[in-house]
Amino acid sequence: MSRRGLVFVAGGLVLAILYPWLVRAAGAAGLPVAPNYLINVGMLVCFTAFIGQSWNISGGFAGQMSFGHVVFFGTGAYGMAILQVTYGWNPWLAWPVAAALGAGVGWLIGALAFRAGLKGSYFALITLAVAEVFRILANSVPFTRGGLGLLIKADPGMANLQFRDPIWVYYLALLLCVAGLLIAWRLTRTRFGARLVAIRENEDAARALGIDVYAEKVKVLALSGAMGAAGGAFYVQKYLYVDPWIAFGVDKSVEMLLVSMVGGAGTIVGPLIGAGALTAINEITRMLASVVPALKNVQPLSLIVYGAMLILIVARLPDGLASLFGRRRGEAGRA
Amino acid sequence: MLEVRQLSKAFSGLKAVDDASLDARAGEIVALIGPNGAGKTTLFAAIAGFHRPDAGVVRFDGVDITGQAPHRICAAGMVRTFQITQPFAKISVRDNIMVGAYARIADRTAAASRAEAIARRVGMGRQLDQRGADLTVAGRKRLELARALATGPRLLLLDEVMAGLNPTEITEIVDVIKAIRADGVTILLIEHVMQAVTSLADRVYVLNQGRVIAEGTPAAIAADPVVVEAYLGHGAAARLGGQHA
Repeated sequence: MSRRGLVFVAGGLVLAILYPWLVRAAGAAGLPVAPNYLINVGMLVCFTAFIGQSWNISGGFAGQMSFGHVVFFGTGAYGMAILQVTYGWNPWLAWPVAAALGAGVGWLIGALAFRAGLKGSYFALITLAVAEVFRILANSVPFTRGGLGLLIKADPGMANLQFRDPIWVYYLALLLCVAGLLIAWRLTRTRFGARLVAIRENEDAARALGIDVYAEKVKVLALSGAMGAAGGAFYVQKYLYVDPWIAFGVDKSVEMLLVSMVGGAGTIVGPLIGAGALTAINEITRMLASVVPALKNVQPLSLIVYGAMLILIVARLPDGLASLFGRRRGEAGRA
Repeated sequence: MLEVRQLSKAFSGLKAVDDASLDARAGEIVALIGPNGAGKTTLFAAIAGFHRPDAGVVRFDGVDITGQAPHRICAAGMVRTFQITQPFAKISVRDNIMVGAYARIADRTAAASRAEAIARRVGMGRQLDQRGADLTVAGRKRLELARALATGPRLLLLDEVMAGLNPTEITEIVDVIKAIRADGVTILLIEHVMQAVTSLADRVYVLNQGRVIAEGTPAAIAADPVVVEAYLGHGAAARLGGQHA
């Protein structure tokens, strides 16, 4: 990495770590917005960036675009909830197991879909269908308690991975976000990552050059699944509740795909930029809707803006917002 | 080194390759020629594991590799290029070649330096940072060759690496191929450019309608009436012979 890049990354990290304290200081100095709200928004950006990165690893780097990535998120969410509620596990222990479940689901979907040779839109549709099946199952099988959902007992404390102070939740999300960025960065510097990009760019050429395309695709979906599930587990632990729609709703799939596409699929920072943009839109439109009476009935306003934004990005900026940051840096970001 | 025996491959009833046999011995350059649609590319694809043959055997170094997956065949030391070039469009020439180098090298720095060495060898030393999509036809053909070479093959299958090149570019790539052979790589190539076939190949196989109709040195092949007829139509050999007489 260049020196400028290193300074940029270090500066960003320091700023992200200081952020909650900065907004609290600003709050004490008379900022009209509640500091805890801003910390929460920061947490959402980090969390969304992380689950977007989960999509980006398989959809952006390896080109295996999924419309049902929420299946991993939901697997992690339910895994985390069931292990605690039904089996009384400690959340610190349940978290990695939930991630492993996500990897297992990713491996299974990959093994079935790629063995059958599904590519492109066929793969996308199959993942969408699988996510819907999971949602319907979660609605009907006894161990998820169907539509009632699962409630984790609130008992704040480090041992229970529950926090009264939103700062700690923010830091946890930041940790996930940084881990996601590191994984993406590793992909740009390793053989595994280079092979994924080769598969995305041209599968036949990749096969000819000695790449076991099937095995690599299954591997990346398992990795992506583990990340998505880790994100789902985090979400459950934050809100202490999960139901079939929260866990497997199609809107979350769209969100994971959207932050990656808007920010720049197949780049390291794309999902982070996309998550920043989308969270900002979300919050601003919500504020507008509560302030401007004419917008009150246009709900949810954010979806309209999302749609318009997606059209603009696809038409004018197919490589995402990340490509705005100069061609050179954009290319360095690509694997 | 390579033995193909009675290989057949049909697509919905149409026999693309019909009972074809050929050999390539270590250190040779063998050419496979034939009119358009003769089945040359299909035969290549069947040898390299992209199509499973309906019948016949492919042996590489005495080992039966018939119908094995391409990545296994590549690991064994045989690699093919594509007639319709397949560059990784959005990544640089260096990264393109590195994908090939990663077949035998796990380390990134080592793979990059191998890619750069190979690029210089095929005359792409100055294009390392260009994107695959931005290359000219000649550049793409070289890239196909470079990527394949980077996998460290002992047998290289080249599918029309000279099609669409101008005479200067052809001379350059002929020299590159000669140098590759001098390094001990056996080469089987499909080619329409006869000038290149004559100057490169030790032996030539002629494929027509899926069948091997002739085999021999380039000079012998050019004089073979069966071959002339396959290219120019029934009776052509006699008419040409008549003119000469």
